[in-house]
Amino acid sequence: MQIDWFPMWLSLRVAGLATLFSLVSGLLLAYLLANRTFRGKEAVDALATLPLVLPPTVLGYYLLVVLGRMSPLGRVYEDLVGQPLVFTWQAAVVASSVHAFPLLVKTARAALESVDRSYEKAARNLGASEWRVFLSVTLPLARRSIFAATVLAFARSLGDFGATLMVAGNIPGRTQTAAVAIYDAVESGNTLLARTLVLVLSVLAMGIVYAANRLEHRQVRA
Amino acid sequence: MIHARIAKRFPAGAESAAFSLEVEFKAAAGVTVLFGPSGAGKTLTLDSIAGFIRPDSGRILLDDEILFDAAAGVNLPPRRRNCGYVFQNYALFPHMTLRQNLMFAAERRPRLERHRKVNEMLERFHLAEVAGRRPHEVSGGQKQRCSIARALIGGPKLLLLDEPARGLDIPLRNELYEVLRQVRADYGVPALLVTHDLDECFALGDEMLVLREGRIVQSGAPRKVLDQPASVEVARLLGIPNLFQAEITGLDPGRNTSRVRLGAFELTGPYFPGRLKGDRVWLCVRAEELRAKAPNGAARQPNQVPARLLRVSERSQSVRLEFSGEIVVEVPPDEYQRQKDNKEWLVEFPPDSLRVL
Repeated sequence: MQIDWFPMWLSLRVAGLATLFSLVSGLLLAYLLANRTFRGKEAVDALATLPLVLPPTVLGYYLLVVLGRMSPLGRVYEDLVGQPLVFTWQAAVVASSVHAFPLLVKTARAALESVDRSYEKAARNLGASEWRVFLSVTLPLARRSIFAATVLAFARSLGDFGATLMVAGNIPGRTQTAAVAIYDAVESGNTLLARTLVLVLSVLAMGIVYAANRLEHRQVRA
Repeated sequence: MIHARIAKRFPAGAESAAFSLEVEFKAAAGVTVLFGPSGAGKTLTLDSIAGFIRPDSGRILLDDEILFDAAAGVNLPPRRRNCGYVFQNYALFPHMTLRQNLMFAAERRPRLERHRKVNEMLERFHLAEVAGRRPHEVSGGQKQRCSIARALIGGPKLLLLDEPARGLDIPLRNELYEVLRQVRADYGVPALLVTHDLDECFALGDEMLVLREGRIVQSGAPRKVLDQPASVEVARLLGIPNLFQAEITGLDPGRNTSRVRLGAFELTGPYFPGRLKGDRVWLCVRAEELRAKAPNGAARQPNQVPARLLRVSERSQSVRLEFSGEIVVEVPPDEYQRQKDNKEWLVEFPPDSLRVL
């Protein structure tokens, strides 16, 4: 029997894009949390952590409410792109991004805060703007932890099931990711497909976790 | 030329008492040392000038430029203050080579000039051979020189040094002093140096400001400060152990002498202008100015006081003798060797060693 690799490729594409989005937005929020003082800072941190602890179906439901065709955000997207966001593979990207976001914010904040402040002081003293201090000093010094977190976020996006199913659905050949396809294959008794995808995902996850651990333990010598 | 007037209050915290910093000083070319114990506000003063801390009130003027003025609402960010800061742990960027560290700092200069300036600094500070290495791959002395070169490369109008010799072994410390003396000679840039080491004060300082609990309690050339501390607190900070409460019993301006009663003894000292007979004063004598000897049966000379030896501690350059009455005398090691079997001791106060506070 022919194995349909579409779900695997879709999963990789969704996870890749989701990692990129959550990395950029996660870094931004982590920077604010690590460097600025503002009211409700810890509340924002708690809110950003929520997707980590909520059941994926709850998360998916929220996303449906926020992004659905009746919601303002969903309408704006539909006006701009010409098709609704929900039940497309792009919706799966959003779901995975939200799912991976807290992991990045938490790790990146801790990593940025652990950089010795005297390096940042030195950079400011030498005439660097805040932006340059962040890009040339803080970020490179925190890069290993952030990179390790990015790798884990990718793995997490790859494995997202509940939220993706809720907002992107289970349309074979269009929105069916590997995690969803496995569920589908088991339900329909397609053991070969289920086993193959399970094996591929397991090997991939193993490799990713191994790489992340190695990165984190090889610290920069100061 | 820096002219700073800084006030900053810190309310009492859970684990800290309230603290307030209130200093005003001017410093011109040369090295001005901020001397004082930990927690006196030295680094706070430096950080206020560098712009890392915003004072509550005051004004900081560097040459003609206002760096900070609370009343006018001026507070330049650190990057626009043009003060070279040498950090205690060097703070060289660990992910950059020494050359890249200097390049980072040279970005203030015109683009065409940068490479030439970086090469010039690498040569001048003997770093050319290790320019391609990262900070953890070079020696302590090289790191030190690189951090000073990095602070100087942008052409600062003021150099700020935060305990640069702290935690260094003696050879490295001497090397640092040599480099800083060279910098002082080559660049006319005024420098503020924070330290709690009196020897460093003398090795590098042209002027010193003595800080205590957030206030400047005395200022002047280091030698002058040591010769005439302004108060008993300053004398304590300078490590002068012999501080006694005494009474002036006689003053003779004609013969330039005075009489001072210390406990049961009367000592002769120089004339103390501005003092009156009967004044209660602090008598201040440095340990190395006193002499200790055995009576050897001879009659007691003036200004000699019998004392019991309580404790002896060896130092690298001297031996410290602690006598009854809290008198401390430092003698050269060979002199102590000659006298160590003395049963009884006389401590002699040379008239010129007596100072009143």
